Parts: sequence; C-alpha cells; structure tokens
Amino acid sequence: MYRYTDFDTAFLASRNAQFRAQVARRIDGSLTEDEFKPLRLMNGVYLQLHAYMLRVAIPYGTLNSAQMRQLAYLAERWDKGYGHFTTRQNIQYNWPKLRDIPDMLDALGAVGLHAIQTSGNTIRNTTADPFAGAAADEIADPRPLAELIRQWSTDHPEFQFLGRKFKIAITGSPKDRAVTKAHDIGLRLVEKDGAPGLQVLIGGGLGRTPMIGQVLRDFLPRADLLPYLEAVLATYNLLGRRDNKYKARIKITVHEHGIEQIRQLVEARFAEIRPDFTGADQALLAEIEAQFAAPAFHSGDTAPYDAAYESDPVFRSWADTNLARHRRPDHAIVSISLKAHGETPGDASAEQMRTMADLAARYGYDELRISHEQNVILPHVHRADLPAVHAALKAQGLATANIGLISDIIACPGMDYCALATARSIPIAQEIATRFEDLKLEHDIGEMKIKISGCINACGHHHVGHIGILGLDRAGVENYQITLGGDGGPDATLGSRTGPGFPADEIVPAIERLMRAYLALRDGRDETFLETYRRLGAEPFKSALYDSARTKAA
Amino acid sequence: MSRPFGHKIVTASDLLAGDVIYQTADDRWSRQLDEAELITDEAHAQLRLLHADRQQGHIVGPYLAEVRPGPRGPEPIHFREAFRATGPSNYAHGKQTDL
Repeated sequence: MYRYTDFDTAFLASRNAQFRAQVARRIDGSLTEDEFKPLRLMNGVYLQLHAYMLRVAIPYGTLNSAQMRQLAYLAERWDKGYGHFTTRQNIQYNWPKLRDIPDMLDALGAVGLHAIQTSGNTIRNTTADPFAGAAADEIADPRPLAELIRQWSTDHPEFQFLGRKFKIAITGSPKDRAVTKAHDIGLRLVEKDGAPGLQVLIGGGLGRTPMIGQVLRDFLPRADLLPYLEAVLATYNLLGRRDNKYKARIKITVHEHGIEQIRQLVEARFAEIRPDFTGADQALLAEIEAQFAAPAFHSGDTAPYDAAYESDPVFRSWADTNLARHRRPDHAIVSISLKAHGETPGDASAEQMRTMADLAARYGYDELRISHEQNVILPHVHRADLPAVHAALKAQGLATANIGLISDIIACPGMDYCALATARSIPIAQEIATRFEDLKLEHDIGEMKIKISGCINACGHHHVGHIGILGLDRAGVENYQITLGGDGGPDATLGSRTGPGFPADEIVPAIERLMRAYLALRDGRDETFLETYRRLGAEPFKSALYDSARTKAA
Repeated sequence: MSRPFGHKIVTASDLLAGDVIYQTADDRWSRQLDEAELITDEAHAQLRLLHADRQQGHIVGPYLAEVRPGPRGPEPIHFREAFRATGPSNYAHGKQTDL
C-alpha cells in the first residue's frame, strides 16, 4: 500500500490549515455562504437535509487497519457512531458540526486520509476494482496508476474549476468490477505484444442523461497516461458547456461534438504536451509501484477450511456466497456484507469497523477494500483462517451470506439524508431485503443486482441494475420507477423502463411479482435473471408487473 | 390565474450545527416546526424572507416552505418538509429524538 511521503504529509497539513481558516472566516462572518460553499465542497463538506455531511475519500477503495480504526474513531468522536460507505468508494459522516470538521480532517490526515476533491467541480476520487492485486482474473494491479492519478489530480491548478465534476475509474481485470463504462473516463489495463497499456473510454455516466462510455483510444502506452489524461481534461475544460449545469458533463460534450472530433482535439493537445513529460512521472510511478508489491503470502495447510466447510452449513453457505477466487489457490477474497437484512446498505458502526480492522491486521495482511457495491473486502485471507474470520464477523452481524444476491442492494442515502433526493431509497432497500429473507427465496433466485436511487442523479446506479429502482416525487408523493436489464459489467448496458411507477407501498410486491415470474420462466437454476430477461425480453416481466393492476382497474 | 398563496413558513439550516431551523414570529430561530411563524400573506412572506436573508452570518439557505395550520402550529405538506421536521427513517436520529 502507498505510504505518505513527507511531501504528502506537509501538503495535507497545509491544505487542512487553509480550510480551518476558511471555516473560521465563515463563522466570523468574513465569508458569505456563496463564497464559502465552493471552498467547503472542495473539501468534502456538504449541507444536507438534517446536518452537514463530510465525505472522505478512500483512494481507489484501499485502506489499512489503522485507517479503518481512525474512521471508527471519527464516527464515535464527532458523529453518531457509524459511517456510510458509498458507491464512489467514499465514506460519509451524516452528522458532523461545522466547527468540528477541521479537527476531523486533521485526524484523517494523521493516517493519510483526506476529503479533498470528494465534491465540487473537480477530478474526484479515482475508483478501482476492489479485488485489485488479489483477483485471479487480473492482468495487473491498477492501484499504482490510480495513486499516480490521485497525486496528479489533487490540487491540479488547471482543473480546480471544471465545468462539472469529473470521475475516473480504473480496472486491471477484463471482468471490470469498477463499472468503467459509466465514468467520465474509464481505464482498462490491457496488454499489446507484451507491452502494458490502457484502453481509454470516455463519456460514460449515469444521472439525468445516462450514457455508456465509448473507446477514445484502444491502446495507450502506460507511460503516456498522465499527458493523455491531461489532454482529455484540457479539451473538456475548454469545450464543455458552462451555460447549463445539466449539459456540462463530458458525456454531453462527446455527444454534441462526436467522438471523432473529441479524439482529434485530444490527440492534438496530447502531441503538444507529451514532450513536457520527461520522465519524472514515470520515476514517481516506479516508487509508487514498489509500495504496492504483493504481501509475503503465507503458505500452509487449508485443512481447517475444508473441515469447517464439511461440518458447518452456515459457514458453507457464507463461503459459497461471499468468497471470490484469489490468484493463489490457498487464499480467498472475502466480501464482508454491509447488507444485513433490514439494515441500511453500506452502513457500518464504529465497533464493526474496528472488528474489520482487527481481522485485516490479524488475517488479511493489513489490507481492506471498499467496493462500489457498498461492501468491505478483505482481499487476501489464507483459507485456513476463514473459519476464524467468519466466526468474528458473525459475532458483529457482519456474516450475512448474500453477496451478489437480491438483498445485496446498492442504495443511495435518498431523502432520508440527501438534499437533492426526490424520494427515499433506504427503506425500500430494507423492505426488499427483509421480504425476500422471510420468503427464503434469496439463494433460489441467485445472482441479482438491485440498485436504488432516490433521484435522477443516479448515485445508486439504478440504470445498471438488473433491476433498477428510481424514486421520484409525483405530485407530492413518493413514486418508484422500475428499469430492467441493466448491467454494470464489462459490456455495460442501461436498463429499460418498464412503464408507470409504483407508490412506496406497492414497490416491494411489484419486485416480488417480478421474481416469481423469473422463477417460473427461467430455463433451469443456472439461468440468471439477466439471462432470462435477455432471452425473453421485457414483455413477460411487464405482464408480471402490470397485469394484475390492469385487471383490478377493469 | 396565479395559484392562491397558501400558508408558509421561513426555514433554513443553522450555520454551526447544520440542523433545520424555523423563523418564529418573535424573531427567534426555533428547532420546532410548530413554533414557526405561520405566514398567510405573500407580501409579509417576502419581508420575512428578506429578514432571514440578512442573517446569513449564522443561518444558511433560508426559503419559504408550504405548510398547513394544525392544532399545535404549522404542519408540513410535502414529505420533504416532514422529514426535515423529524429526521431520517432508518435511525431514531435528528429531531424525532426530542419530539
């Protein structure tokens, strides 16, 4: 993992001191709210429905146990004893006081964490595959490049006042667990004739106008990454619209000008600035890479795992559902579900955070990850240690065996917290999870991604859910639209709207009808919902959703 | 024809705590919706909003919200204002702990 240099530490301390002074000037009246707002946003501070919210970056989703313990400390010292992990690999604190925030930022700085550029019209936290460095299917670990991007983009003078926010995601695996096609820039590590490089995607994004990213450059040599990113950002900064907030993202720029023109402009700018990059960035990258060397993996007998798997059905169910293949056969990737049935998706209490930190320190080579699906990952655990890990998780309500299943729901904070929301998301997620737990259908249904957003900004990624739910305000009442067939994988697809939305008390029964239709229609247990949907189209599912209502109305 | 002017209140967020506050008839900021000044006249509403606007040294984002009169004072009409007046639905946090 990357360790802060003296430069990083000094930079962060001075940035925090600068923000502390800005907060003081707001409180003493020297700054108006209009003046203060862009400054607080650049430092991750929002004003939400009930309180301020502090959004802390977990760069490319990676943290160590000391950092996780510090997140727990912040939750207890300055918040209400919990934190909310988001789809952007951030953690949000929902109840901080303005006066306390500079102290919170200093406490984060002490463990090499920050909230810089987690909001505002800047380059945001670069997100990455949460299985990076561990997955069996990976070409290379994307995190050294993600750290390089973090350092390059932090306080980059040219890109502090972009037309709109800008999000970059990177994956080192063809499986793409980072939804790279739904980002302003998506980066996929590839190889060509043995040389490492990147496929560069541009103009993806969800929100009000969802679009799938397009290939801007099929193969970019790895050493060209920063000048190429700078060329894309510079092109966008000049060409992107500033007259209309809703048309300001790069996806609209690409849509309006066409990928060809954008490519020409980017390549021209790239040719201009490439000579300025004379190797300092590559020297830095080499230093960063050395810090991401794989841990010294233990070898040893996996018999304790086999024994527990044979004898304990609860462990077996968890192992079958929550473990993923590690690049070493004697290790596993553990997904810790933050989706216990009926709880708030993505929330962890301070005590739970400490448990996860302890497990990472004791069994996980001191590494944790946050996934965009709002779960926590122990990327490297020896199989022999899995029974102990499972037992410790179980004691803290963290051993729910539901990864990738219907209750593993992404939900944005929605109108329970968010000032932009048009409806609630959390209670809908809670009700769906408890309903299917009661029905005991979850494992029978199998792979199912439900994603819920409380407004069209789509923080809950509903467009790429197998089932997407969008909460809207229809004449002063919460109403939920359903989309079907979305997919956030390598061939990302946007879901299609089924028809009229459902009121809050009818949305869970509607989802249940969809699932019963799928179970009746699928071609055997191995055909997933998405496969059945692709085979049969939307019609049978629309029937399941609307026919009973039509009958009732008739 | 323009919509008739309904009942309104002036609401904002507190600068330091960030929590929801309501302007009272005697020029305080209350944490309780039912203590808010119930405004029935559009011109008076604009004056009260201007008065709030001038206090941005310790409040943030004042606006007029629609309410209906109730036995204890103003009550929310839109569900957003109902959540602001109580708190989130997933935890007993926010104002509902004091109600």
